[in-house]
Amino acid sequence: MGEDRKQLSPELKEQLRKAFNEEWRKELRKSIPAKERMKMSRQDMPQREPDVRNKDFKEVNQGLTKEAAVKEAMRCLDCANPQCVRGCPVGIDIPSFIKLIEKGEFSESARKIKETNSLPAVCGRVCPQETQCEELCNLKKATGVPVAIGNLERFVSDYEREGGKVHVPEISVSTGRKVAVIGSGPGGLTVAGELARKGHKVTVFEALHVPGGVLVYGIPEFRLPNDILNAEVDYLRKLGVEFRMNFVVGMTMTIEDLRKEGYDAFYIGTGAGLPNFMGIPGENLIGIYSANEYLTRVNLMRANQFPKYDTPVFLGKKAVVLGGGNVAMDSVRTAQRLGAEEATIVYRRSRKEMPARAEEVHHAEEEGIKFHFLTNPIRYFSDENNRVKAMECIQMELGEPDSSGRRRPIPIEGSEFIMEVDLVVVSIGNSPNPLIGKVTPGLKIGKWGNVEVDWNTMATSLDGVYAGGDIVRGGATVILAMGDARVAAREMHKYLSA
Amino acid sequence: MAKIIDRKRLVPNIHMIEISAPDIVKRCKPGQFVILMPDEKGERIPLSLADWDEKRGSITCVFMVVGTSTQKLSRLRSGDDIPVCVGPLGKPAEISKFGTVLCAAGCYGIGAIYPIARALKQAGNTVMTLVDAKANYLIYWEDRFKEISDKYFVSSRDGFFDCKDYIPKVLKDVLKDNKIDRVISIGCTYLMYTCSEATRPLNIDTYVHLNPIMVDGTGMCGACRLKVGDSTQFACVDGPEFDGHLVDWNELFYRRKSYFNDEIRSLCYWEREEKPRKMTKEKR
Repeated sequence: MGEDRKQLSPELKEQLRKAFNEEWRKELRKSIPAKERMKMSRQDMPQREPDVRNKDFKEVNQGLTKEAAVKEAMRCLDCANPQCVRGCPVGIDIPSFIKLIEKGEFSESARKIKETNSLPAVCGRVCPQETQCEELCNLKKATGVPVAIGNLERFVSDYEREGGKVHVPEISVSTGRKVAVIGSGPGGLTVAGELARKGHKVTVFEALHVPGGVLVYGIPEFRLPNDILNAEVDYLRKLGVEFRMNFVVGMTMTIEDLRKEGYDAFYIGTGAGLPNFMGIPGENLIGIYSANEYLTRVNLMRANQFPKYDTPVFLGKKAVVLGGGNVAMDSVRTAQRLGAEEATIVYRRSRKEMPARAEEVHHAEEEGIKFHFLTNPIRYFSDENNRVKAMECIQMELGEPDSSGRRRPIPIEGSEFIMEVDLVVVSIGNSPNPLIGKVTPGLKIGKWGNVEVDWNTMATSLDGVYAGGDIVRGGATVILAMGDARVAAREMHKYLSA
Repeated sequence: MAKIIDRKRLVPNIHMIEISAPDIVKRCKPGQFVILMPDEKGERIPLSLADWDEKRGSITCVFMVVGTSTQKLSRLRSGDDIPVCVGPLGKPAEISKFGTVLCAAGCYGIGAIYPIARALKQAGNTVMTLVDAKANYLIYWEDRFKEISDKYFVSSRDGFFDCKDYIPKVLKDVLKDNKIDRVISIGCTYLMYTCSEATRPLNIDTYVHLNPIMVDGTGMCGACRLKVGDSTQFACVDGPEFDGHLVDWNELFYRRKSYFNDEIRSLCYWEREEKPRKMTKEKR
């Protein structure tokens, strides 16, 4: 796998060192002693009340105010050796953008982030900062409470967008080379932004009718409003990126067809579009969804506004979501918002092993979501219409750690019990979408159905074809996809310039 | 956006729609389908390809008006745009020289089976067609089928044609009188089920084209999953052609009608709130 906590490259180290030694930074550092900074408390993210927000799809987090953002920025010690950057898969110059906030130069700060990240408003909302930049923050080591880097990233990108003055960076002279980006998820959008700025003609191909991939069909609006995403997509359009919707590469045209049409390089970012099921009896009953289907119906097709929109979704009274990841949290909170009397997470390990972000779990709890830990379904029962009405579960206990480092759940014999349910969402992960591999001769596919790449360059077995994100990793995160995409974009630029 | 070239009613409740799709037409094969959305609020509906024309750069689908989205589709006119026409999706039908192939179809499936029958004929098979409808005035594309069929049968319950019965009975007679190597059946779930049951005791290979509800159509959501033999398959990417003797029909029946109440609610809402009040001079 790719190194998520890489040592900084010499260039980035040099860049950080230069920025650190700029005069204004020195003065800013002197203006408040580090001791004082360490005494300041972290600014809370304003949130909507749990029992109000759990009935609609409006955003939960409301964003920091200017004053709060500046105060939070003051907490940053502007370390000579900033560890936070090491935790960022795309290598944002974090101290620089934070110190620009402290100085009150919010637009400059937004530009600083955009040098390395084309989707800051998205990352500021959905990145697991607590296990990345914020985990390595030196202030965390000193006081236990890191700088709210994610909240600050969100603040400046919102400030720039809401001010209506989105800065479009200079685009290099056209190189005349054409790039096809397959899939418009976070990875695809990142590659598109990077290469468009370097003067390449980029077209993004998307199978669905709205750009954004998992950001639009997967992540609900209460975490990532569509307007935010649309603004990021508009930004890419301003950079000259073309979007072709309703185009399934592999079906509408193959990579070879596109090569004949004059495309010089390709990025496969088709994601983990194959839902995993458990394979237990009754899993095909009516009322049992994959998380992909459930969330797509609501987020993309707007089933929450049925019958104004034509696509329906089952409204469970007793909704159960299986799994402990972010997608499971999104699903269960969606069920709650659609009017479930009881929305419950059933997870086979304990709270500690849940892969979901702490913030999401916390939000879910506040909103009244129930949790059944150490519980696993073993079969389903149906009513006379083949609709799910109950689920037999078994209690689990934790044994030795498995390959993921988490303790393996083991069923406790004789602990079976029945749970009444009328809606089940299976959210136990996704596998790479097999479609592109099946129709692209010569593309090397790994044993998990993933596209195989050279991790240093993200190059696949085919000349000029690169890949990254979930199609390579299986189910991972938005920011890891973007990190892969940045490596791929760098290498694709080299390839196109050769 | 995709442009509608033509849309007309073939028989009551069944329409054909011709859409400009220059990319799709270059790669589509018999048995594949496209997904359409009639407007921004519509559902994504999978429709089998019934024909295509490379010169015109167009594809044609035949559909039955069932729910709100198909109601909306049935009102489109030449020159209108629809937001989604994506494909070709699914695996093509298996086409090779089997010997004698019987194509048994009903309602929208008459259109859907046409390109398969045509390709089978071109592949050197003897093609027999059996078309089923409730009444004689629900039969369409008779000329097209007669042109590519060595034998053409009709079953309708009004006794207008040679056989007055539902398709399985007629099918059994055809199977008795002719040596058939393979049966392809497309139509409503019940028709495909009864055809598969009719051929089961005779051990004749029978393939059906399944049409469960889909959302994305590229294998991402699993809405169209169904049991075939021992495994769960996704109709959108593993199908839509499946061995009719292995399909878990009971499961499919329930899946097909799982949103029945919602479909009625949606139609009521549309009739009340959004249906155009006056029918303009519409080409029928």
